[in-house]
Amino acid sequence: MPAPVLCQSCGAGRAALRRPKTGRALCRACFVAAFEAEVHGTIVSARLFQPGETVAVGASGGKDSTVLAHLLRLLNERHGYGLRLLLLSIDEGIAGYRDDSLEAVRRNRGRLGLPLHVLSYQELYGWSMDRIARHVGPKNNCTFCGVFRRQALDRGAALLGADKIATGHNADDVAETVLMNFLRGDVGRLRRCAGILTGGEGTLPRCKPLKHAYEKEIVLYAYFQGLDYFSTECVYAPNAYRGHTRTLLKDLEAVRPSAVADLVHSGERLAVREDVRMPTQGICQRCGYLSSQPLCKACVLLEGLNRGLPRLGIGKPSRLQKALTGAEKPEAGFQEDSEQSSNAVRTIDF
Amino acid sequence: MAAPLCVQLEFGGGAELLFDGVRKHQVTLPIQPGPWDIRCLLVWIKENLLKERLELFMQGDSVRPGILVLINEADWELMGELDYQLQDQDNVVFISTLHGG
Repeated sequence: MPAPVLCQSCGAGRAALRRPKTGRALCRACFVAAFEAEVHGTIVSARLFQPGETVAVGASGGKDSTVLAHLLRLLNERHGYGLRLLLLSIDEGIAGYRDDSLEAVRRNRGRLGLPLHVLSYQELYGWSMDRIARHVGPKNNCTFCGVFRRQALDRGAALLGADKIATGHNADDVAETVLMNFLRGDVGRLRRCAGILTGGEGTLPRCKPLKHAYEKEIVLYAYFQGLDYFSTECVYAPNAYRGHTRTLLKDLEAVRPSAVADLVHSGERLAVREDVRMPTQGICQRCGYLSSQPLCKACVLLEGLNRGLPRLGIGKPSRLQKALTGAEKPEAGFQEDSEQSSNAVRTIDF
Repeated sequence: MAAPLCVQLEFGGGAELLFDGVRKHQVTLPIQPGPWDIRCLLVWIKENLLKERLELFMQGDSVRPGILVLINEADWELMGELDYQLQDQDNVVFISTLHGG
């Protein structure tokens, strides 16, 4: 039996993991302390929060958002950030997946002592993901879900009076997105996607405090701290392009663990040539959400669903946009009257 | 000649879904001519425990990248990975990082 490896930080404890970023072997206690200190360091150096802010933590019940909520509560107390934290969950309406994961969020809500608000696609858009999937078929479900979720988090956080949204995106997620945007030639997103604090101008600022945290460390942190999270694969995910990108990244990481951090770094440092035309951000004519087209993607997808043409918003948008906006009246479509939608958010009490 | 080994196997982070949702398995590995290393254990798991979608658990003769392995609560990367020789009463945990966020 090989002799146990000793912690390279304290020199006393038995090492519990090799850190992918540095290759150092640390014991459980030193790893937990280092991991927490690094996330705090990220928050401070990127100036993610200001004292007195209300921060809505996007909570899915999965590993990343569970660790994020736990850490923000802990660091907020430890370092006196002065934040008001609340959990915001989006219920996409996916039976056997989101209903179960929301149970995990509810359990954690008790443990964290933070208020929880749940907002559903059904309430916001009149469509659950299960019903969308029945109309759309096996492909492109993640397109609908991703576009809708992004807006749903924004609308939910705005209704709750939050100043900022924090999401659980980790280094692997960011690296994947950089790679995916590169593979798709999506220069506009490629330039934005590695930012740690995005948004503003019409949408709430969003931040990713776990941006530099490796998935491996997040999972081991949750394991060592005994955090309860939900981990079923989404029933619609196997068909997503992201899945292939993810597999590619995991294979690269196995050969060279720094690949994840390197891709994040590339995403941060990439400069786009000045003569490359970038999409100009405007406002959706129908719902007022940020959009580079006359109609935002969510409104186009929703229009397709409601007209019985679910593939309407899939693919290149230009011709379609013209057809849809031709007869547009400003008051038609999504109502964003805050009084009307305030019943859409409910606080869960126990 | 190695004696039969009793080891505890644990699957989490979504990996348990490939094992009928059962997280903990107390197993006895039969006597075999050579030592029981993790490489042999994976073959044994594949043949005796795994219920579905082999490709989500294994790649080649190792676990699929993105599945973490802990041997007696320590990262297998510190323990020799596939070459680690199992001892009686060892605890091996497989945690998937590939599920949900």
